[in-house]
Amino acid sequence: MGPDHVLPRTRDVVGTVLGFARTLRAAGVTASPDRVEAMLGAVAHLDVLDPTAVYWAGRLTLCGGPDDLDRYDAAFAAYFGGEAPRPRRGGATGPPRLAQVAPLRTGEGSRDGDEPADLATRASGEEVLRHRDVADLTPAEREHLRRLFALLAPAAPMRTSRRRTPSPAGPVHQARTVRRALRDGGEVTRLLHHRARPRPRRVVLLIDVSGSMSPYADALLRFAHAAVRARPASTEVFTLGTRLTRVTRELRLRDPDRALAASGSAIPDWSGGTRIGEALKAFLDRWGQRGTARGAVVVLCSDGWERGGAELLGEQMTRLHRLAHAVVWVNPHKGRVGYEPLTAGMVAALPSVDHFVAGHSLAAFEELAGVITRA
Amino acid sequence: MSQPPLPADPAALADALESTGYLPDEGLATAAYLALVMHRPLFLEGEAGVGKTALARALAEVTGRPLYRLQCYEGLEASHALYDWDFGRQLLHLRAAEAAHATGDAQSPDDVAALEAGLYDRRFLLARPLLQALEDSPSVLLVDEVDRADDEFEAFLLEVLSDFTISIPELGTIRAETPPLVVLTSNRTREVHDALKRRCLYHWLEHPDFEREVAILRRRLPEVTESLARQVAGATARLRGLDLLKPPGVAEAMDWATALHALGARELDPDTAARTLGTVLKYREDGERVKALTAGALFGGA
Repeated sequence: MGPDHVLPRTRDVVGTVLGFARTLRAAGVTASPDRVEAMLGAVAHLDVLDPTAVYWAGRLTLCGGPDDLDRYDAAFAAYFGGEAPRPRRGGATGPPRLAQVAPLRTGEGSRDGDEPADLATRASGEEVLRHRDVADLTPAEREHLRRLFALLAPAAPMRTSRRRTPSPAGPVHQARTVRRALRDGGEVTRLLHHRARPRPRRVVLLIDVSGSMSPYADALLRFAHAAVRARPASTEVFTLGTRLTRVTRELRLRDPDRALAASGSAIPDWSGGTRIGEALKAFLDRWGQRGTARGAVVVLCSDGWERGGAELLGEQMTRLHRLAHAVVWVNPHKGRVGYEPLTAGMVAALPSVDHFVAGHSLAAFEELAGVITRA
Repeated sequence: MSQPPLPADPAALADALESTGYLPDEGLATAAYLALVMHRPLFLEGEAGVGKTALARALAEVTGRPLYRLQCYEGLEASHALYDWDFGRQLLHLRAAEAAHATGDAQSPDDVAALEAGLYDRRFLLARPLLQALEDSPSVLLVDEVDRADDEFEAFLLEVLSDFTISIPELGTIRAETPPLVVLTSNRTREVHDALKRRCLYHWLEHPDFEREVAILRRRLPEVTESLARQVAGATARLRGLDLLKPPGVAEAMDWATALHALGARELDPDTAARTLGTVLKYREDGERVKALTAGALFGGA
């Protein structure tokens, strides 16, 4: 029953499929060895000389999600059609842009000159640093703060689930009680109880990475990294700019700097313009409404500078508020004395926000972690 | 075995599916064919209402196999998906044995052992969908909306789907003679683990094109006239292009056509369309947006 009976030139087919899998991997589809083996199996059942059959055999076995399909189509056309390979979707990905992301960007009027003389004693220095605005720190202070960020471990908010767990009190667990009775010779000697087991509630972080937020984007991504590392299964992170990018997978890397570099290279619209309304709509259409935002604590980190029309943002915020368990808006400018939420975007969004917090210093992030836990 | 022979190639399977009233496109037919011959689960993703669940039903009909359906939900446990002991009956059995012994003579150790073995007999086992599908092989197993189950269940499903056996400590291992044809569906409310997807054939189901949708409507609703079917399919396709919160699927188009037919409409005019819009659009915002459009732009002609 080997493929030899079906295929005219087995080795050719294997070589071709392996070559195609390499092309596909270069295009960004995982195409793991067991998937490639599955494709060989699939091709053996179909007509190898029929391009459509080969197309479907590969698409059904090598792809793992709708995101893979476009890349697959392009790679297939390039490999079997002799076209020059098209660049990856999303255009300018290229090599990781480490330099753009890893260092916390200096704020306006950088004070690179004065060395950390004010960090006289370590403890009090940390205390001061905790309350300083991350936008106006010296590189040395940033380095120090970066280490403090690693210690931040936001606890997850909990919700009750439908799964039950044995417990001394609560409703009687009939199956367990009877099972025990059977062990005791059919005599019910004790009633066993159970109760709903709490589960972590999903936390979704939406981070604005547009130009006006760039002094804070690094700190926010570090906070996101700490959150993802603490609860990898129940945390999702997206960046908003001119478009929506999911960076959860990149942020799961253990090392914060590597995770940030990886997510930085995944974000095509770093420090670009702001169209939060549109990006939020994309999030709700593609992820939120299907389930990612349902019953979740959604944290939106943005200064509310909206160039795409505040009306759309207001509309999408109402929609988000209906889906989410709680909506938290983090605005770094709120930490400034005399701040009033007057930008059109903020005014449109605020009616749909449950908690409005600052996000400009480590202390503010600690507070934010508390808000998320209690939300 | 009264089962019809397996189709020889994807085209034959497509024809067989068409004869049951399910009209697959080439990709879906190939996917179903490969699932059948490679004994791999078929993982179907796509918008709600594109016919994921209906495919499993049609495949069961084509292959003449029984269909077992497991609807997933959060907190789904092994005792609901696999098997459970019927504790009540076990207890009753024990009491009955006790009563018999009380009247009879003293019991020997053999009797006790037999009684114990009798307690975990197959007749006290309640088979749930996964076990049913393995016992009644060959069968079609539909694991519906697997994205709604939680991670714990997914890991457990992976174990069952990798070797199609279930081991019951008190009874032994139950193995399917022929692996069941497994269809998993997901609406993508949550990303399913790669480990599970890797064992499956993956297919993304799209909304059908205009001609196919007309054919489906005509096929499933023979009472609806050709012109009404074309108008409904055309209007549904235009609604899908409107960037709505929930674009209508084939299921909604069928509901719409049925509703129009029930009202005795022969044409899709703006008035009847407005009255029956609730069958296609399930969000207030969507309904308002569509009503605000000039009626002619959407419902004029086919």
